[in-house]
Amino acid sequence: MTDRQAAIVGIHEYPLRVAPGVSGMQIKVASIRAALDDAGLSWSDVDALYDAGDGEAGGGLQLAQYLGVHPTIIDTTNVGGSSFEFHAAHALQAIAAGKCKVAVLSYGATSASRRMAIGTGRLGGGGANWRMNMEMPYGSTLISNYAMVKQRHMYEYGTTTEQLAGISMATRRHAMNNPEAVKAMTDLEFVGVNDITEQDVLSSRIVADPLHLLECCMISDGGGAVIIAGADVARNCAKNPVWIIGTGEAVGYVDNGSDITTSAAAQSGPIAFGEAGITPDDIDIAMIYDSFSITVAVCLEDLGFCAKGEAGDFVAGGRLAYDNDAAKLAINTDGGGLSSNHPGMRGIFLLIEAARQLRGESHSQVEGAKLAVAHGNGGMLASIHTGGTVILAKD
Amino acid sequence: MANRPQPQFPEPNTEAYWEGVKEGELRYQQCNSCGEIVFYPRQHCPACLSDDLAWKASKGDGTVYTFSVIRQNRMPGFAELGAYSVAYVDLDEGFRMLSSIVGVEDPTKDIHIGQRVAVEFEEQDEGEYPIPVFRPVG
Repeated sequence: MTDRQAAIVGIHEYPLRVAPGVSGMQIKVASIRAALDDAGLSWSDVDALYDAGDGEAGGGLQLAQYLGVHPTIIDTTNVGGSSFEFHAAHALQAIAAGKCKVAVLSYGATSASRRMAIGTGRLGGGGANWRMNMEMPYGSTLISNYAMVKQRHMYEYGTTTEQLAGISMATRRHAMNNPEAVKAMTDLEFVGVNDITEQDVLSSRIVADPLHLLECCMISDGGGAVIIAGADVARNCAKNPVWIIGTGEAVGYVDNGSDITTSAAAQSGPIAFGEAGITPDDIDIAMIYDSFSITVAVCLEDLGFCAKGEAGDFVAGGRLAYDNDAAKLAINTDGGGLSSNHPGMRGIFLLIEAARQLRGESHSQVEGAKLAVAHGNGGMLASIHTGGTVILAKD
Repeated sequence: MANRPQPQFPEPNTEAYWEGVKEGELRYQQCNSCGEIVFYPRQHCPACLSDDLAWKASKGDGTVYTFSVIRQNRMPGFAELGAYSVAYVDLDEGFRMLSSIVGVEDPTKDIHIGQRVAVEFEEQDEGEYPIPVFRPVG
């Protein structure tokens, strides 16, 4: 069991989802400044930099120069949207090993302003390689990859779109409590900035069968920062520390005869829960990367919140909303990627909202929340993807 | 549709596969050391790391494992197509490949998991390589 060695001590989510005239790097710096303020720490305290290469002009090396720091740890792990869960795991390890004391994770992207077709545009490209030579001729999109998982899940387990709509409904309900999410949906010109029903999801257009528009995350601008510190620093910060008590990492990919409805979470989850010495039953809040409805369904199963094939019933009707006492679990209480914030790599927001919950600062606060899981899914579920699981505990 | 992106070379892993396609053959690999069926093409066995692989010719018969019908795509060459399918097909020899199911009236209604399909080599408007796609049989 990981004892209380490192904690999230500072968080910030950049407030805008449409931010014309601002660069990703500027969003990162603004967020780092605000997260350090939140922690009560200063710029000179920072000695470790974690970066997913999201800013303009490249990865962590350029970020160090741009920021003007000389960290003793620089980690440029980029595993798509789950990069920040991997960063949190690595920061915990580095702090526990005595290599650093205050680690900064940051994210900034202007995908909406740049009109990036993340889900529906070209995948890969740029020169010959073994994978693109086998996939490019078929025109698959990021969304079609996730859609193929939903298709197989429906076939194997009888899961329905009506059931999975419950994920979109619960996250939208949370978004409507979150002023920044409401502004996001307004600024991005959502057709209806209001609570949604099963029927709304079913009647939204199909982007790639069988995924409907309201099962797909938004494409926004945005970013944020997370400060992770060792125990002696964390105990003297401005806010209560949110302890990182278990982490797990895994990669998954399609293979001959493999089960496409099982994700890397089936590997990363048990490692993280084992390290934390708890079980999914102990968890109050689950921040699961909601790129699509099916991502949440598959990851809930793989993390052990319900059995494989039972996610349909588990999420139906929007029952994983924060104020449903019968459910014993709430998901994505900020409004998620579906209804609050998704510039392309949402993993940092999972850590931020989990920390808010364990501090009692969420707009959809679960009373008495003590334990949270943040699970990032990067890449593409039907193809190469990653799972990063982080278990967090209230002080 | 006959203007799909062509494979690009030099690319040593997939060269023999695409030479096969040009000759009307769908090739996969098998490890001579441990018997593992290998696909995508590469120069080592993912099960035992041996570099002793044999090329084999598939009969091209398979089953749809899963699929999606893409309604929105902004890629040149696909954007104008209307709804088209992508699918994982499980070939009878034991390998799974990404492809497309063609030759159906309405891809949103006429493709099913478990459907039996057979490979065909779709000639392209441009480029020397046809593209292996699958058509329902029976």
